[in-house]
Amino acid sequence: MSQRFKEIDFIGVFLWVFRAVIIVLVIYGTVAKLFLGVGNTYTVEIWVDFLISGLSQGSLYALIALGYTMVYGILFMINFAHGEFFMSGAITSTVLVAAYLSASGFMDSQPVISLLVITAVAITTSISVALLTERIAYRPLRRAPRLVPLITAIGASFFWQYFFRGLFGSALIPFPVPEALQGRWTILGLEFLRTRVVVMATTIIALVSLYLFIQRTKTGKAIRAVAEDKDVAALMGINVDRTVSITFAIGAAMAGVAGVLWGLVFRQVHFYMGFVPGIKAFTAAVFGGIGSIPGAALGGLLLGVIEAVGPPLFLEGLGIAGAHQLKDVIAFTMLVLVLIFRPQGLIGEKLAEKKA
Amino acid sequence: MALLEINNLHAYYGNIHALKGISLTVEEGEIVSLIGGNGAGKTTTLRSISGLIPPKPGAITLGGEDLSQYKAHHLVGKGVAMVPEGRGVFAKLTVLENLEMGAFHRTDKEGIASDLEKIYKLFPRLAERKKQLAGTMSGGEQQMLAMGRAMMSRPNLLLLDEPSMGLAPVLVEAIFDTVTEINKTGTTVLLVEQNAHMALQVAHRGYVLQTGAIVLSDSAKELQRNPMVQKAYLGIE
Repeated sequence: MSQRFKEIDFIGVFLWVFRAVIIVLVIYGTVAKLFLGVGNTYTVEIWVDFLISGLSQGSLYALIALGYTMVYGILFMINFAHGEFFMSGAITSTVLVAAYLSASGFMDSQPVISLLVITAVAITTSISVALLTERIAYRPLRRAPRLVPLITAIGASFFWQYFFRGLFGSALIPFPVPEALQGRWTILGLEFLRTRVVVMATTIIALVSLYLFIQRTKTGKAIRAVAEDKDVAALMGINVDRTVSITFAIGAAMAGVAGVLWGLVFRQVHFYMGFVPGIKAFTAAVFGGIGSIPGAALGGLLLGVIEAVGPPLFLEGLGIAGAHQLKDVIAFTMLVLVLIFRPQGLIGEKLAEKKA
Repeated sequence: MALLEINNLHAYYGNIHALKGISLTVEEGEIVSLIGGNGAGKTTTLRSISGLIPPKPGAITLGGEDLSQYKAHHLVGKGVAMVPEGRGVFAKLTVLENLEMGAFHRTDKEGIASDLEKIYKLFPRLAERKKQLAGTMSGGEQQMLAMGRAMMSRPNLLLLDEPSMGLAPVLVEAIFDTVTEINKTGTTVLLVEQNAHMALQVAHRGYVLQTGAIVLSDSAKELQRNPMVQKAYLGIE
């Protein structure tokens, strides 16, 4: 008994030290950077630019994170194939539609219609991939232990990666950005890359419509009911399997939109492009509190901002060279920290209260 | 023809033989109580009727129709509503949203609105708390909500699983009064209870379930007088 107490105490002390060290490092780096002049000096405009690029990147994480969080909310399962839903929409719409629209010149003469068509194709592809995955790989495992669908999801992820590699090849595929979206706009005296404005505006629209859909519509209420108790939801006459499919479809639609926006920002797509954003978005969902839709949005935005502002701020302040290359380190350190110190996330509820 | 007929129903949980061939009938307009101790198979019986445990073909018929061909979510459309054990309200939905879920399969907006008014009249407490999250209400209020939600589907047959569980005696009385009231408006009730005293007071007929088999069936009055029932379930020596 006393042996066990000592052990817990040791781990507790270690975690406290760990937490203190991280906080001290962040504060020290920030102070050193801002007041002691360590590393490059940036003007205010450059800091604002870091912030905006962080918000725009965070918007993409938020859109993808919604799929993780909604599926977790209804099935208590981490769908690690979600990054592939994102990739499938982006790559298919680029190869089958965007390339032709751009080559024919239609993309530059009618950018809005072109992007809408591309997005429609991306959403359709992502939803189809998601529904197939759910129906074939996940539904038969609905009553299996929780580890089983998790492993299956990883398998499904590999399957889709190499499926699309086989279809479209392993080269980087350029995503054509219409002329109208190249360059910058000046809004409120601040310069914004046009694509970033489109990303943020689209994300806000998508988030608000999703929130209203979940809160107000009959289907949205059914999704919430199924998330709470599948048996009782069935007693109400709710078709549980169909509701789960709808949830997957909504998450995939968001991922499809994110795929097109990703193409606009990074100007290329690739069969492997779903992996890192998928893991980052998962981090964002956990950070915000997995299962919570506002949590996914908040987690995504915060992750994007911390990734963008963190390296120039406290990593450079610590005298680390090439700090911007370490943004992935920041993201995954955050995942570890959240899992250790606040597993329920920023606005999530304690996982222990959830029914498995 | 009886409204609900159960014929030689078996159910298994893994290796456990939970229902060993029970048979019972519920006539239109009746309140029938199924009493028995913990683990007797009462909840299993209700879960089989509502399709949460798939029954064997022919074992359960409703108005002559075999229920085994339907999934759980079809049954509410057949006129069967269930108030599950532990009430099963959706804690994170509001009271109003919970009631709307009860009418999920219905499309008649006016009918739903007028039924909502009826439920609010039956349970004025729910009207006061429309916008409140169901999880923040007391056990008694949640029981009212679960019953109101079931009534929102306009059931012919209402299945009640342990409505008295965890409630103060005065609330238990109120809940059973409501059961009688609901029955008077034409809804048939199959009631499962450990509180045999209350269950037999409101019921017309009763069945006694012991370790997965029906050991007694009679009118509620006769069961109340039965020495075995008195000793085992009513606490009368």
